[in-house]
Amino acid sequence: MAARAIWKGELKLGTNKVPVKLYSAVEDKNVRFHILDDTKRNRVKQHMVDAESGEEVEASDIRKGYEIEPGKFVILEEDELESLKPEPSREIEVSEFVPSDEIPQQFYERPYFLGPDGDEKSYFALAEALEKQQREGIAHWVMRNKAYTGALGGVDGYLVLSTLRNAGEVIAADELPDVTGRAPTKKEIELAKHLVSMLEGEFDPKEFKDEYRERVLEFIAKKAKGRAPRLAPVKTKRATTSLDSVLAKSIASLKKGKRAA
Amino acid sequence: MPRKSTTKRRASGGTSEDDGQERGGVRPFWSGTITFGLVSVPVNLFPANQTTRTSLRMLGPEGEPLSRKYYAEKTGRDLENDDMIRGYEIDKGKFVTITDEELERLAPEKTRDIDLKLFVKEDAIPPLYFERGYFLTPAGNSEKAYRLLAEAMKERGDVGLATFVMRGKERPVAIFSDDGILRAETMRFSDEVRSHKQIGLPEKKNVSAATVRKFETLIKKKTKRTFSPDKDEETERLLKLVRKKQNKASNVVQIKDYQRQDEGQPVDLIQVLKRSLAGKR
Repeated sequence: MAARAIWKGELKLGTNKVPVKLYSAVEDKNVRFHILDDTKRNRVKQHMVDAESGEEVEASDIRKGYEIEPGKFVILEEDELESLKPEPSREIEVSEFVPSDEIPQQFYERPYFLGPDGDEKSYFALAEALEKQQREGIAHWVMRNKAYTGALGGVDGYLVLSTLRNAGEVIAADELPDVTGRAPTKKEIELAKHLVSMLEGEFDPKEFKDEYRERVLEFIAKKAKGRAPRLAPVKTKRATTSLDSVLAKSIASLKKGKRAA
Repeated sequence: MPRKSTTKRRASGGTSEDDGQERGGVRPFWSGTITFGLVSVPVNLFPANQTTRTSLRMLGPEGEPLSRKYYAEKTGRDLENDDMIRGYEIDKGKFVTITDEELERLAPEKTRDIDLKLFVKEDAIPPLYFERGYFLTPAGNSEKAYRLLAEAMKERGDVGLATFVMRGKERPVAIFSDDGILRAETMRFSDEVRSHKQIGLPEKKNVSAATVRKFETLIKKKTKRTFSPDKDEETERLLKLVRKKQNKASNVVQIKDYQRQDEGQPVDLIQVLKRSLAGKR
């Protein structure tokens, strides 16, 4: 079944305009639970109450405050908060381009497929140009009262727009100290590299199956019939200390496995 | 839509994280073991992404502090964390309950570890698959094995792949070695990523070389060599407004005997990670 567009806009690149529809490129297949109260097994709701008296406070009476010191708040009025919101717009402004591998993977947040909304010629030409040049466009747009930054790229002839995290949302490894403690020996590193190289292969997303989702649903079905099976507790493991002998054993068992196959 | 901060506690299952904060430490998001071959590396996992959005406090009409409470929809009874349980709706209004412990125990044995059975080159995974980042820190005297894995992966230019269960969901994960530090990126399963066919986008059209060239020329003209991430301008605008208002007394409320709520309390993730990498809690 065809998906529904969640938003419509127009890519703006210099003087060129490309009308597009936006579709989520991902869907979460989580098992969904509700929160219930433990006695009556009814759904729960949330409300705001006075912290001291426990009395409910109506939504229309709630004010918002920014804490400048512990217990000290600057009150922000609804119209002031409203004025901080970005101007609504249908434009996705693509102001500059960078080589595709320039954007660290950590910044990519949520991907959307763009589909053509009329001008198919420009749409497919832009996707092809981005792929050929191996560039991604840096895009800015406002969707549902929120400003976004994104990376616009071509994937298999189609346009994909991924939202990007901002500078403060990503912690980089170079902000962190090195791991100290005992260092592995040269020989151990060589063995480990050998082990890693034996496990090298191609990325195929279909190799990963969500077995847990199935098990949870199966357990729920059994429980619904009143026959919940007993589950064993989780054990924890210890760190490997005698690294070189374990590495050698790992390599030997992999070689054996390969011969047997 | 942007997801909420990973450091925010879930509605139920908030157990003893507050105690951890009082000691100046923060509980890892997940603790487990990375294995490759027969080598085990116990690790703690902490978020590598954090929100920059400021959380505003909800106050009453006179500025009195409010708190968010759960209540039973039918009876109106106020509920504490211990009074709530997870339920799966099997029929309309009919639920099967399941505890956190059951969810944890249901995880297949092998997915409690991050068992790296496959390594691929760093750029082999399309960004579409990545979900969220975490740093891994050594736990239980695993420094040597940790450094070994990080070094071997770095020298090979590889990332390790596995699936594991964290907080009630199984997910594929890619382990990167960033200059000696292991970073985990959770990924989406292939059936969670849509294709242009599934969405129903029109068939690819052949377009004239001239139109493609027009865009290529534009792209080349406007290419920058490096990427620099944006700042959170919305939050900056909010802080500017706060600074403007705070000098006028009528805009400010002071709460006596204020008990800080842990809800939305900012956690300095970098400090947490530094402590954990140094082997401290």
